[in-house]
Amino acid sequence: MNKSILQVRGVERRFDTTLALQATDIDIAENDFVTILGPSGCGKSTLLRIVAGLDVQTAGEVLLDGQRISGPGADRGMVFQSYTLFPWLTVLDNVCFGLRERGLPSEQQLDIAHGFLAKVGLKGFANHYPKQLSGGMQQRTALARALANKPRMLLMDEPFGALDHQTRELMQELLLGIWEAERKTVLFVTHDIDEAVFMGTRVVVMSARPGRIKLDHTVPLAHPRHYSVKTTAPFSELKAELTEAVREEVLAAQAASAALA
Amino acid sequence: MRPLTPVTPRARAVLGVSFFVLFVAVWAAVTFGGLVPKIFLADPVQMLRSGWVLMTEMDFAHDIGMTMWRVIGGFLIAAALALPLGVMMGAYKPVEAFFEPFVSFARYLPASAFIPLLILWAGIGEAQKLALIFIGSFFQLVLMIAVTVGNTRRDLVEAAYTLGSSDSSLVRRVLIPGAAPEIAETLRMVLGWAWTYVIVAELIGASSGIGHMITDSQALLATDQIIFGIIVIGLIGLASDLLFKWANRRLFPWAQLGR
Repeated sequence: MNKSILQVRGVERRFDTTLALQATDIDIAENDFVTILGPSGCGKSTLLRIVAGLDVQTAGEVLLDGQRISGPGADRGMVFQSYTLFPWLTVLDNVCFGLRERGLPSEQQLDIAHGFLAKVGLKGFANHYPKQLSGGMQQRTALARALANKPRMLLMDEPFGALDHQTRELMQELLLGIWEAERKTVLFVTHDIDEAVFMGTRVVVMSARPGRIKLDHTVPLAHPRHYSVKTTAPFSELKAELTEAVREEVLAAQAASAALA
Repeated sequence: MRPLTPVTPRARAVLGVSFFVLFVAVWAAVTFGGLVPKIFLADPVQMLRSGWVLMTEMDFAHDIGMTMWRVIGGFLIAAALALPLGVMMGAYKPVEAFFEPFVSFARYLPASAFIPLLILWAGIGEAQKLALIFIGSFFQLVLMIAVTVGNTRRDLVEAAYTLGSSDSSLVRRVLIPGAAPEIAETLRMVLGWAWTYVIVAELIGASSGIGHMITDSQALLATDQIIFGIIVIGLIGLASDLLFKWANRRLFPWAQLGR
């Protein structure tokens, strides 16, 4: 295992009286692709947002390269579930956004942006506005925009959650291909078990609210992975175990909300 | 008819024009048919005729020019001050908390009720007209701009921060460009209101302008001239509205997408 670049130490998040996230510890190793799996409302997005600096923990701390995180920054690129391209900028200018923020000369910005647009297969769409693109293409642009910034790690909050099934599978392969080439450290939140296993080098399952880490598995599948890996025995075994684990939590969450009602 | 089903552009134009035709037809019918005495309402032909006289012999073009520059002048001053204040209020909540209660109160102060005070302070010259338009439009603009800026999608704000935006560049590169089309729409709407204020100002104390002509005509019971003046205001308003809409479409093509 590589050295850890991100350390989550006793991070807890309380909203008024409800505890959304129990004191949580997790280490993310360099070049790892960690998927966080859990039922909706389990606090997995909250954890990711705390790492991004967009939410503030009520206890504990998050260290990136040993430095305490105190707010959002370009070192942690993020792709959101909602479409967050700036609608007034073209695809190209969206990808340049962070580069311009860093004050890079515009020639260099365009070079980098065109490179990443090619990587996500949007070469011919540089001058389109986001609203002229399909959801999948918008998320590919968002991925290019986050990667162009050369972040230390990439945070992804159910980035393919709003896409249809077929598009989502293609996006998974695209992201996996890019990850296999670049080995960027990724923290990826999802509620899709197939996605979590297919993409991750490591899968973390969170419990129902209040969220805590319930399971932490290394995915025993070699890279590069082809989509056909989804039908192999090791994939199915891990999937079956995770399905059981998540199902328990979904049932627990339902029981908890029924008790409240 | 099925609700919300769009009409073709052609049908839309025909329908739009036909109401104007109907309107003039009813007007002609009641005036030519003698249903309304001429002293209360001139007929359309008489209106056009005296309009021609106004334009060719009485230098009404000068009045129109005066009114237009008052509207544009007062409105530009209001917009120039309302834009920065509105953006600041929308972006920074303490600034909003400081100004918003007063501005909300001030915008309900009827602008026309300030005329006596403004005459006392600024006389009946141009400053009084500009001041009235300013009072009438400034507070409305500030509030609407602040709301628009404050409504910026939070996920776009978060995306900008994760791309390395600082607080000030967030305002410059996300809040302002994102709000720009709606701010432009606000300007278009409030410019329409500014037209109302200028006429009120000119009705009460002015030696030129469309409103001044209308008051003069009232003394002469010249309803034809009054109606001509009102129609001129309407036409200029319509023209400026179309111009604004056209400019907004050109400036913010992205805002037209997916509507």
